[in-house]
Amino acid sequence: MLSIKDLHARVEETTILKGLNLEIKPGEVHAIMGPNGAGKSTLGYVLSGRDGYEVESGSVEMDGKDLLDMEVEERAQAGLFLAFQYPVEIPGVSNMEFMKESVNALREARGEKSLSSAEFLKKAKEACKQVELPLDFLKRGVNEGFSGGEKKRNEIMQLIMLEPKLAILDESDSGLDVDALQVVANGVNSQRDGKRSFIVVTHYQRLLDYIQPDYVHILSKGKIVKSGGPELAKEVEASGYAWLAEAEGADA
Amino acid sequence: MSEQIDQALARKYDAGFVSEIESETFPIGLDEDVIARLSAIKGEPEWMLEWRLKAYRTWLKMEEPDWAHVDYPKVDYQSISYYSAPKSMKDKPKSLDEVDPELLRTYEKLGIPLHEQEMLAGVAVDAVFDSVSVVTTFREKLEEAGVIFCPISEALHKYPDLVKKYLGTVVPRGDNFFAALNSAVFTDGSFVYIPKGVRCPMELSTYFRINEQNTGQFERTLIVAEEGSHVSYLEGCTAPQRDENQLHAAVVELVALDDAEIKYSTVQNWYPGDENGKGGIYNFVTKRGLCEKNAKISWTQVETGSAVTWKYPSCILKGDNSVGEFYSVALTRGKQQADTGTKMIHLGKNTKSTIISKGISAGRSNNAYRGLVRMGPGAEGARNFTECDSLLIGDQCGAHTFPYIESSNPTAIVEHEATTSKVSDDQLFLCRQRGLDPEKAVSMIVNGFCKEVFRELPMEFAVEAGKLLEISLEGSVG
Repeated sequence: MLSIKDLHARVEETTILKGLNLEIKPGEVHAIMGPNGAGKSTLGYVLSGRDGYEVESGSVEMDGKDLLDMEVEERAQAGLFLAFQYPVEIPGVSNMEFMKESVNALREARGEKSLSSAEFLKKAKEACKQVELPLDFLKRGVNEGFSGGEKKRNEIMQLIMLEPKLAILDESDSGLDVDALQVVANGVNSQRDGKRSFIVVTHYQRLLDYIQPDYVHILSKGKIVKSGGPELAKEVEASGYAWLAEAEGADA
Repeated sequence: MSEQIDQALARKYDAGFVSEIESETFPIGLDEDVIARLSAIKGEPEWMLEWRLKAYRTWLKMEEPDWAHVDYPKVDYQSISYYSAPKSMKDKPKSLDEVDPELLRTYEKLGIPLHEQEMLAGVAVDAVFDSVSVVTTFREKLEEAGVIFCPISEALHKYPDLVKKYLGTVVPRGDNFFAALNSAVFTDGSFVYIPKGVRCPMELSTYFRINEQNTGQFERTLIVAEEGSHVSYLEGCTAPQRDENQLHAAVVELVALDDAEIKYSTVQNWYPGDENGKGGIYNFVTKRGLCEKNAKISWTQVETGSAVTWKYPSCILKGDNSVGEFYSVALTRGKQQADTGTKMIHLGKNTKSTIISKGISAGRSNNAYRGLVRMGPGAEGARNFTECDSLLIGDQCGAHTFPYIESSNPTAIVEHEATTSKVSDDQLFLCRQRGLDPEKAVSMIVNGFCKEVFRELPMEFAVEAGKLLEISLEGSVG
């Protein structure tokens, strides 16, 4: 469902992604691991079309369509979701209003009718429950005064509400204690239905104990340098990323 | 000087003269004759003409203020016509059916479906088309409650004593340049009187619209709430596109007697001019309320229109325990300029005031908050809280805050908070990533920013205000 071929992208003058290849089939969970500065977050931003992230060459297709040719909101409407590492606050706009606008914008793009207030509320309540957020979260401003853990859970709540085809989780584990991590992982796992695909970006193996990936890729200096099954994550856990430098040395 | 007054008082006007120009627009220019003709057309009592002429003579000696953070070409007050009436007004319509369909269609284009409002909203509408009131509805229901809601020109005939007792008591004739001009030449506006202990059974609403070219509009509104009464009043304005700047200098006076409450809401949507600010309306308004004991006056305004706005709805908290509130959203875009805010004058003991001001600047506009909080020597235990937030969209606009705080009483407490923020790329990206187009995203962010003010508006108008912001922000996302 997602096909990335030889992707090169830069931020300002610096090229970050340098020939990235990745194939994702429906229902698969791919973990992207790597040291700081490898380009993990950049990948999420490039795929979602953020301003300032410029594609130099290569192609990305989602469901056979040229993703790179689409506006940010068109990509979202096509089923791409990004769970942010640092979710931003929108003061005065309640989670409820925000999600309602969002759910209905996606439905409209699919040619579906808007949800009624009752239908929406039911869905929102269920999503809250799944990530163990109290219902009054719906009334609070988007991320306004939320703790780090609450923000992350709120991202997963949005994922559940928006039912994307492809969800990219950008370090959804950072800053979470074990209990919160479990909640986030449970939320994500509940959305694995054999069709929805995931890209789980993480620095640590820990999250992958809870969200079992089908594939693990190691990203270093803008390229995937190694791919494997879940056992690759264990390897990283044991030996860190220092071996990457050695491997590159050996390549040369 | 006294000779002039004597002359003016001695002057006589015959009725024939009136009918001759009844449906006309005055030639441009302003002098005592113009004022006399205006007063004669309206069939005003003698004292009213005298009052106008005194205001005019005061105005002649005044200078146009230039302290506001706005810049506009000087207005030539002699090139304005001071009276115009729609042609179809010769016979006053008794109901909507009798109204010129052309006028009704114009209202509908402006999104003011009178019929719908009549049926759905339960709102009494006193629509001002140019200088003369065209339609007044729901009069009967209000009469049952003893509420008077009519054009001020009509009130001068029917309730001259009430008008005489309160007119100019809150905004004196010579208060400022624009108020003096208004006092001399005001053509119409609304008069509201709520008897003692009465809660007005519906929201009162007036839509103003400027129609004739080159016609300055000078509305005069007077609202009197007797002891223990309650009224909520909404004023909404819109004007069509045109090339020449139009002057609007209104005066609004509110009188809240002991234990009374007046809520005054404004949605202002006048033509702001084109991209370069050409053709917009100049809005120089004086709005002020007087609170007696335990009374409360609340001003809520959503301002998106006009090329230049100069406006400071104020409260004089004279009575002990009286309360003043000011909730404002002012949005400027293109080359609009707004210098707006409030004055809270605390005179009585334990008086309280709250000021929440939200300024939004987009394009190359300038948006200034100017507010005065004065604690008089008698304002024992008085309190003020001011919150003043500015939101910038883009990097070519400006936000300015000019707070003035004067305290002559050591027990009074004044708090002032101010913030400036931008619609950030992060916020926009989040919204778009969730499927919203950029304009929807900005409008949602701006609506969130204004929430504290919108919730003070009557329900149906809060929705309208949100839509108005959305329309106003169209194309402001680069």
